Amino acid sequence: MDLENQGRIKELAERYERRDLMVVLGASDPESVRLIAETVTLGDPSYAGALGGVPLGLPVYHILEPELKEQVDPEVYQQQVGMMELVLDVPKLIEPLRKIREQVTDLGGPGMGRGDAGLRPEDQGRGSEQ
Amino acid sequence: MALMGKKAIVIGERDGIPAPAIDECLTSAGADVIYAATECFV
Repeated sequence: MDLENQGRIKELAERYERRDLMVVLGASDPESVRLIAETVTLGDPSYAGALGGVPLGLPVYHILEPELKEQVDPEVYQQQVGMMELVLDVPKLIEPLRKIREQVTDLGGPGMGRGDAGLRPEDQGRGSEQ
Repeated sequence: MALMGKKAIVIGERDGIPAPAIDECLTSAGADVIYAATECFV
């Protein structure tokens, strides 16, 4: 992901409640989707940008996912993304997102960044077990 | 994931779906787009 965008997203994640935030992508190939999604959930895998080592755990979706499509005004949807929906392989674009969302859930669910970002479930209770 | 009332960060793609198109869709669903950028993977 663009380094400038990483910096902006980090700022926004600090400014807003993370449970109110979501990231929506428009990438056209599964590898780009996977890389961006990984960056805004688990952290920048290349460690080149502001999100390197920063697991924000933001919920991330693609605009072509049925879950989002059903909430958008059908006329607007058709006008804005209808053509690309026909051209792109939607199931393949969505697949990496499902996997990453499962990983985020395993790490503590959406909004895991509220102070316990990146901790495994078995680590989260430490300190209160004594 | 309900879009209504969400603060959305949009990362579009020039050769896919650009950010302004996603912005229009999300706004129609009641989301608040707080950041929108279109990336280019060339």
